[in-house]
Amino acid sequence: MAQNVVAQTYGAPAGDGGSNPPVASSVRSRAKHRQWNVGDFVFKHLTMLFAVGVLSLVFLMGYEMYKGSSLSIAQFGWRFLATSVWDPVRDEYGALPLIFGTVLSSLLALVIALPLGLGVAVFLSELAPRWLERPLSFLVELLAAIPSIVYGLWGIFVLVPWLRLHAEPWLGSHLGFLPFFKGAPYGFGMLAAGLILSVMVLPIIASISRDVMRSIPDLLREAALGLGATRWETTKVVLAASKSGILGATLLGLGRAVGETMAVTMVIGNRADISASLFSPGYSMASVIANEFAEATTSMYTSALIEVALVLFVVTILLNALARLIVWSVTRRYAST
Amino acid sequence: MKKTLFVAALLLVGAAMPGIAQLKLNGAGATFPYVIYSKWFDVYHTKTGIEFNYQSIGSGGGIKQVTEGTVDFGATDGFMSDDQLKDAAEKQGTEVLHIPTVMGAVVVTYNLPSVGSGLRLTPEVLAGVFLGDITKWNDAKIAEINPGKQLPDLSIIVAHRSDGSGTTAIFTDYLTKVSKTWSEKVGKGPSVNWPVGLGGKGSEGVAGLVKQSEGAIGYVELAYAVKNGLPYAELKNKAGQFVAANFESVSAAAAASAKSLPADLRVSITDADGKEAYPISGFTWLLVYKTMKDKEKAGAMVKFLRWAMTEGQSYAKDLYYAPLPKDVVKLCEKRIDSIEVK
Repeated sequence: MAQNVVAQTYGAPAGDGGSNPPVASSVRSRAKHRQWNVGDFVFKHLTMLFAVGVLSLVFLMGYEMYKGSSLSIAQFGWRFLATSVWDPVRDEYGALPLIFGTVLSSLLALVIALPLGLGVAVFLSELAPRWLERPLSFLVELLAAIPSIVYGLWGIFVLVPWLRLHAEPWLGSHLGFLPFFKGAPYGFGMLAAGLILSVMVLPIIASISRDVMRSIPDLLREAALGLGATRWETTKVVLAASKSGILGATLLGLGRAVGETMAVTMVIGNRADISASLFSPGYSMASVIANEFAEATTSMYTSALIEVALVLFVVTILLNALARLIVWSVTRRYAST
Repeated sequence: MKKTLFVAALLLVGAAMPGIAQLKLNGAGATFPYVIYSKWFDVYHTKTGIEFNYQSIGSGGGIKQVTEGTVDFGATDGFMSDDQLKDAAEKQGTEVLHIPTVMGAVVVTYNLPSVGSGLRLTPEVLAGVFLGDITKWNDAKIAEINPGKQLPDLSIIVAHRSDGSGTTAIFTDYLTKVSKTWSEKVGKGPSVNWPVGLGGKGSEGVAGLVKQSEGAIGYVELAYAVKNGLPYAELKNKAGQFVAANFESVSAAAAASAKSLPADLRVSITDADGKEAYPISGFTWLLVYKTMKDKEKAGAMVKFLRWAMTEGQSYAKDLYYAPLPKDVVKLCEKRIDSIEVK
């Protein structure tokens, strides 16, 4: 249910308008004038300590990973990000196919999940009757609570055989002229990873988008309807207003897809190759760490794997920061109206 | 209430007193022998009261922990290199000894409904398939050694382990020995840069890949294949015989190498001599310190190892491991005797 919490944090001023900024700041200034109190002092500094602790944890993690990968950074430099041979026997490491695999599978997931998630969000926030909306929202959020290993097993036993026997041969014979649908249908591969990730990302996009659209004041809808707009046109207005919030939801979903390990490892085929075809097996950064770290015996090998972790860490932080920034900008804009 | 408090107090006192406290040895390492080790530790615990705590974190992890001295013993499917041994000796101030415990084999499993069991493979063909040189099941090289078998016109789908593992180490060690091209292009290790194929996580991942795709070929531990009823190929050994993997043929591989076993017992027995020897066999080792700081623990370790070499071996077959041949046990016992106990 993590995304629910996230949604509440991001979409803070939901329709009720209970906590708008002027009230909050006046409470704070009133508290300042009160007498000095030991309990308050301890409370304030203790919570601050916790907050600083979280922050320093992030920095410490980044630093530790940088230190741990110093051997590999010194040996390969920027070449690490640009070459594509991953050979533990010869201690030759290039992470390009891993980065490619992570990015492609995540983007694929977004391409599939974004329209679906948006459709779900529009229905839930604009169209659904109240008796249907509650249980449906609950079910969508439930999707996010399923452990990824369960998704992975479903992938191996249901999705992959279906892809190999039905979907991929069909795609190959009808759209085989495109480079994306060439090659032998294994079932395991980039397409399977993308599909599984899309199911995992869908609830995040759907529920956050729904919350963002709910935070759009009804005034806007009423104005649109009053001007003679149809239901669809009103929805378009709401969608336009929550554009950046939806973008933020998408980026959060992307963050989830980028970091997902187990389900992807189980279906992606685990092959450090770059290929345009979605049928061919690939590899992702999280998967290679999960697969190889336990048996990485040479120090260069360990170091290279830690550098992969560092790259993944940086990518995830950038995505999350971007998402936060965008969601913040949209909620701030409508908080005062 | 009073009674429970009293019992709790007694327990606390008992735990605090070193004389009464049970001896506990911590170990970590290979996953492959986990089943028999946990059986051994369990039986030995009820017999003697000495507790062994073993975490199957992988051979690489076992070697690391032994080197760092965070455990009392380690376990590995692939022996430590000279550099690793030197590093460990420097850090721990004592030698690390390899003690073989049981043996395992890696079998080549496949999914060919029209062939059924008993596919035959030569080292050349096996290497060719895993190098991607042989791509069809009805290739002349495969047909030649499988007369009378219905080989389909199917593409070969190669499946391998994606996670680093001792199974891969033994399998690639074998391919490195039998194929010059393999040793030049790929080499051996717990993870390698596979020329072709799909990676599955764990034995179950590889078995899943093979079971689901007709025309697939992969490798798993013998124990795993037997337990799950997977078909596996007969391999041509060094003496030119086609041999299926079983306890006898695996033990035969060790027996054939017993004469040439080095004193430190670090040896690969893939592609072994001997008519009955199955060629992709291997030892799994316990890693112990020659001198342990805690003399009591050292004594317990030695006693346990002696037990494992004798009574312990009788548990092997039921758990699908091949027991050590007598000649090898003798060499192991000699090695165990060199551990310092006061």
